[in-house]
Parts: sequence; structure tokens; C-alpha cells
Amino acid sequence: MADRTIHPATSEITRANRLDHLQARWGYKRGAHRVQPGLYALGHPTPQSPVFVTANYSLSFDALRSALAGQDGYLLVLDTKGINVWCAAGKGTFGTDELVHRIAVTGLEKVVAHRRLILPQLGATGVAAHEVKWRSGFRVEYGPVRAADLPEYLRTSQASPQMRRVRFNLWDRLTLVPVELVHLAWPTLVAALLLYLLLGAKASAAAVVAVLAGAALFPLLLPWLPTRDFSAKGWILGGLAALAFAAPELGREASGWLRAGHALAYLLAMPPVTAYLALNFTGSTTFTSPTAVRREIFTYIRPMAIAFGAGALLIMALAIARWIGG
Amino acid sequence: MATMPKVLNSLRYDETRCIGCDLCSAVCPHGVFAPNGRVARVVRYEACMECGACQRNCPTGAIAVESGVGCAAAMIKAALTGSAEVSCGDDGCCGGDSCCS
Repeated sequence: MADRTIHPATSEITRANRLDHLQARWGYKRGAHRVQPGLYALGHPTPQSPVFVTANYSLSFDALRSALAGQDGYLLVLDTKGINVWCAAGKGTFGTDELVHRIAVTGLEKVVAHRRLILPQLGATGVAAHEVKWRSGFRVEYGPVRAADLPEYLRTSQASPQMRRVRFNLWDRLTLVPVELVHLAWPTLVAALLLYLLLGAKASAAAVVAVLAGAALFPLLLPWLPTRDFSAKGWILGGLAALAFAAPELGREASGWLRAGHALAYLLAMPPVTAYLALNFTGSTTFTSPTAVRREIFTYIRPMAIAFGAGALLIMALAIARWIGG
Repeated sequence: MATMPKVLNSLRYDETRCIGCDLCSAVCPHGVFAPNGRVARVVRYEACMECGACQRNCPTGAIAVESGVGCAAAMIKAALTGSAEVSCGDDGCCGGDSCCS
């Protein structure tokens, strides 16, 4: 099905675009942040103008077009089902087949005189450059990781080692926090309500803190947390949070075993929650390998389950004691 | 349960098949490969995250790496149930998990 329309595009990021970005960051209407796949003309391109390939996730498309302010060119948008370049490449939707298909349906070979495509470097996990060449005649050139480096890349015709490396700075990590919180909101509220009914407000707060430690604090503090494994880092962070809840228990006026029981419940139940969320965060990073994640799963899932299970049993026992004791 | 992985990562490189096109150096986001005259050279083996970009773009099949989805939730499920590590759905990603943000 041919679609020879060339859609107009600008480098301007409007207020509506910014709202869309904000919603995407908060996981609102996930999957709805899409642009129509196809060929776009940025500025006033000629048959000699470069062709840039991207995903049809609005954040990807907008990052590309805004980085190319003042540049004339064509934007070839692949149908990645509204998923960013890196993740779509990982599952193959930003891939050789879709690229070859999109070149054909847009009639790109009639629009430009050259046979050169500039792809984002992180699309390389899904695209085989040599295969695109023999199937479409177009030569794939991998540009920098970040669209923001494109102007310099175009000027120098090469990517510096810095442009070729992924990074994961504080801002990159911060942008991941909102969507994590949104995903965890409901289960956390349910757990908090349950603990409020069983043991009261403090236990309820502990559930929220354990989740916040794993979903918000962990990503931010990642480079400074000791040990190598994410699970261990998370366990340490959750342990510190648990200590803050457990320590005051010991000074409370109550029977010795009841105080120790409460303190132990925090120390058992909170760290595995934070550690589990930390382990899950490996999927959001740009440097953990599946082999490393698999090794962590085999090392830590069992201790997490045991500690959390013991903590849950203790909480039940404490709740029963509370009801009996009034 | 699957077996516990013992090696650092699954990257394997056969230098004798390299034709020195340097695409592996270009696509690697962690600088694992570096151009070195006639053939590429592995300079940061330990930094490999098994994304598979080098393997996919190596025209002679000199590189092998077992790349996966990297979704911890999917891997935990696979490890517990002994099933295959499944990728995300076609529409949307990872069934609402935190990867692919």
C-alpha cells in the first residue's frame, strides 16, 4: 500500500507538544503518543537533502525535528507502534523489515537523488545495515546516540566517541521516576490501606516509604549506592529506610517482645520491596546485560521472598496480638 | 529453573572472520569494540550489555551475543516458571512494566 504523501514538519515544539511529552513521562495514555508513520519534509528539502530515520513515538520524533532546527531534510518515520527507538529496535519493530518496507511505500528512491540514510545509533540493535543495502539500495549510516548531537555530526561528518556512548545522568534517571510511581500507585495504596487496618498509620507509611525508596530514591541515588548488584543496592537503601522505622520502636512503651516484633517486621518486610523494585529498574537502565540480570534473579529472588514472607507472617501475628490485646 | 549463568556476558568474537568494516565500533553504545587497523578489537568486554547491535550489523557473522529483552519482570517470571523469556506485546510494551519508558 503506497503512501506517497510527504507530510510537512517543523522544528518548533509547541505547547501542545510539551503537554504530550509531560503526559508520556507520567505514563498517561501510554501508546497514544504517536505520529503517523511516513515521510516528512523538514524545512525546504531538495533531492540532495539528508534523510533521517526515527520511530513514531512522539518524544523520539520531536527530539529529532527540534534538534534539526534550521536544517532542511527528510524525516522517515517508521511504524514502531508508538515505542521509542531503543526499545522498538530491541523487539525488532524499529528493524530491517520495517525500514525496507517504509522506504518502498513512501517511494523514497524517487524523492531523493542519493542513497544514504542517517539512523539513530540506538536503532542498530534492530537494523542490519548490510541487509538494508542489498534489499533497498540505501546505505545506512549510524548517527549519534542523541539527536541533540546531530548538528555537530552533520558538520563534521563523524560521530565522536562521546556521541557514540549512552549515558545515564541524574536527569535521565529522574525522567524515569514519574512513570514508575504511576505504575505502583494502586498496589501501594492497597498495601497501605491493608497495613493501616492491621497495624495502624505507621505501618501504612512504611509501605509507602519502601516503595518510594525503590521507585524514586533508588534511581536518583544509583551511582552512589554501594555494591555492584542492583538488588543489593536496593536492599541497603530499603534497610536504611527500615532502620528509620525500626529504631523508634525499641524506645516505645510496650512489652519487650512486642517492640522487638514491630522492629523486626520493618526490617524484614521493607528491604525486599525496595530491592525488588531496584532489580526491576535494571530494565530501564542502559547498561545492565540480561546475563547480569539473570544472575541477580538467581541470587536474590529467594532471599527476597523469604524475608518478605517472614515479615508478612510477623505482621499478621502482630495484628492478631493487637486485636487480642485491644 | 534454567541454569545459573557463570560468565560475565555472552559476547563472543571471532577475529579471523573480521573484515575491518568497523560497524561494531560505530553501533556499540558502550565502546566495547574499537577499530584497530585491519580487524576490530574488543577493548571493554566487561561493559557489554548484550544489546546485540554489533552482531546484527556484522556482515560476516564474526560476532555472537545472546541478546534478550532485558525486562527484569519477564526474566523473573521465566526463572520462576521455567518458561521462555517472552518479549513485550506488539502493541505497547512490557505489559505496563517499567522498561521501555
